[in-house]
Amino acid sequence: MSDFVYFFTFQDSSIAFVVIGIILLGVGSAYVGTYSFLDKKALLGDAISHAVLPGICLGFILAGTKNPIYIVSGAFFSGALATFLSSWLRKNTRLSEDAIIASILSIFFGFGIVLLTVIQKSGNPEMAGLNQFIFGNAIAILEEDLWIYGGLAVFIILTLTAFQKEFSLLVFNAEYGSAIGYPMGLIRLVFNVLMILSVIIGIQAIGVVLMAALLITPGAAARFWTDKLSYLVILAGVFSAVSGVLGTYISFVLPQMPTGPWVVVFLSLVALISFLFAPKRGVISRYISRRSYLKRTHQDHLLKALYRAGEKDKTNLSIEEIYETYPFQKKESNQSIKYLTKKGFIIQNQSFITLTSKGKSESKRIVRLHRLWELYLNEYMNIAPDHVHDSAEKLEHILTPELEQLLESRLNYPKLDPHQETIPRDNDEL
Amino acid sequence: MSFDQNAFLIIFTASMISISCGLLGVFMMLRKMSMTGDAISHAVLPGIVIGFFVSGSQRGLEVIIGAGILGILATLMIDWLRKRARVQLDASIGITFTFLFAVGIILINLLAYKVDLDQECVLYGEIAYLPIDLWITGGGTSLGPRIMYLALLNLILVGIFIFLFFKELTVTSFDENFSMVIGIPAGIINLSLMSMVSYTTVSSFEAVGAILVVALLVVPPATAFLWTKKLDQLIKITIGIGIGAAFFGYYLAYYFDSSIAGMVVSVAGIGFLASALFKSKLISGRFGTSTKQEPFEKMV
Repeated sequence: MSDFVYFFTFQDSSIAFVVIGIILLGVGSAYVGTYSFLDKKALLGDAISHAVLPGICLGFILAGTKNPIYIVSGAFFSGALATFLSSWLRKNTRLSEDAIIASILSIFFGFGIVLLTVIQKSGNPEMAGLNQFIFGNAIAILEEDLWIYGGLAVFIILTLTAFQKEFSLLVFNAEYGSAIGYPMGLIRLVFNVLMILSVIIGIQAIGVVLMAALLITPGAAARFWTDKLSYLVILAGVFSAVSGVLGTYISFVLPQMPTGPWVVVFLSLVALISFLFAPKRGVISRYISRRSYLKRTHQDHLLKALYRAGEKDKTNLSIEEIYETYPFQKKESNQSIKYLTKKGFIIQNQSFITLTSKGKSESKRIVRLHRLWELYLNEYMNIAPDHVHDSAEKLEHILTPELEQLLESRLNYPKLDPHQETIPRDNDEL
Repeated sequence: MSFDQNAFLIIFTASMISISCGLLGVFMMLRKMSMTGDAISHAVLPGIVIGFFVSGSQRGLEVIIGAGILGILATLMIDWLRKRARVQLDASIGITFTFLFAVGIILINLLAYKVDLDQECVLYGEIAYLPIDLWITGGGTSLGPRIMYLALLNLILVGIFIFLFFKELTVTSFDENFSMVIGIPAGIINLSLMSMVSYTTVSSFEAVGAILVVALLVVPPATAFLWTKKLDQLIKITIGIGIGAAFFGYYLAYYFDSSIAGMVVSVAGIGFLASALFKSKLISGRFGTSTKQEPFEKMV
């Protein structure tokens, strides 16, 4: 507990630096990552983050120390090379995109490992810090690192905010953008540069291997909560910053723990919660709305069956007959009967079911919508009468009263549907 | 150069590993699932660690079972995210493998005092120790390097798998709907291919590391794909490239005193880039009809 207070009150200025750093670079990466997620190029970020490893090693070999400027330039160079190679391969070979990304990723990483082992064998005492780039160690962010990495993060965030229109054109409709005269090639280039920069700053905290999570997961999680781009990037930034701080806290309390994996675990947790519980798009809310829709359609069908029985001068249906009409749906039929009885649409007498007057008008409405739609398809769309039923079977549940009115007036209040069955109106006798 | 037994053993083992990976990789590539292979090879890590912890050694069957389970779990998780949660495919892959890999690293650190497994070993392995790590029978006779036998067993099993299900694998790779119509369960074939990939990853991770397995899964088939359109030739060239990369990779690593696995991948990578450079000019010059690329999400 005292650790907790010590960490979050920022008594130690180095902790404050670390927290500021991780928030800045988390937000920066999440910001860029959200755009590349929307561009459906999320895995290119993964390729770039593996590909910066040889650059980092080269920068280290040239500088001889963990000099941030050399390392950033080296990483930038190899990240840019990887980005260029993958787009060149896409244009000039018939390899599929995933094969290209996987190849680039593993080749660069393999070469990075070669350089890393060469450095390790050289016995340079500074090399211990290099392994941190593989799994990340946010605690190791020092004040002078913060100026460079934090500065880059601020630069990324500002650029993306200032040119939001251009970048959203790029990810949503690049062809339209070039048609109205935007230099899409240049915008793509700038975006790729930002992406590489965000990878470079991100690996400080999270490491080469897991960097993809910082780019992909916040955007993917935030996408479940909103459809608006401006909210989306803010939400992604918040997710990333919160997970970043929590991950840093864990590696502060347990010093042998690398930061990266914990940040990723927290991010994944946020994503899982979003996938499950987000309103509208979440798995659970979609399941619930699907279930209630299915229930409603089944109830509608039951009322329709009772109405059709009425057309054949049968005032009621036995439960057995209903079971037969909807085989394998005994449970649903029982539920619907229970619900409709409660709502006062039907009356159950012994094992016979009769429509009440309220039920009659509701069932008429459904049958009317069904037959109106059939007639509309037949008359306006020239679809043969034996082909219109399936579509009407779906539309009868969702046509609104306004649409019903429109259909009525367009079709001039028809009496019969294409199958020569009466279209029931409220005051008709059943 | 005189015959060096250690060099021979290492090259022999590395070749066997790259052949196993290449054989599976050909089908992964044809299914446009190279990145899924990448995801699996990351995702088996927690399975390896748990298996390691349960059995107490990396020789245990538990390790292979654990990794196999995690490999299948990763495949199912990607599928669940894509179909149920409706996350786009690239993001599903990215989220799944980063999460499972992170859990694996955390487990390694939590159990650091109980298991003899460090994160560097998992990342890039060390095939150079192969001649020292011998398989010694109860009677004390040495039968040769242990990892070589693992690789041999792996190669035999992969070979049998490909040989038995060649038709099924081919049909499901090219036309999943057609395979369903003629009664081949595409889902099961797919899952068994993924389990073979997981098993191969585990069997090879000690030697080449979990991430470099990806390179051997992807790069040789991709290179071969630049040279031919026929499946049988694709497989043959893939095997050739695997052996070549192992051979040159070893000697270059020996010369530069660096990681053998990393060098094998670098050699394969140079071959890949050179082939791409060479073939791209020929293709555009001679035919001018290189196939149009579909967007990424349509590819699965």
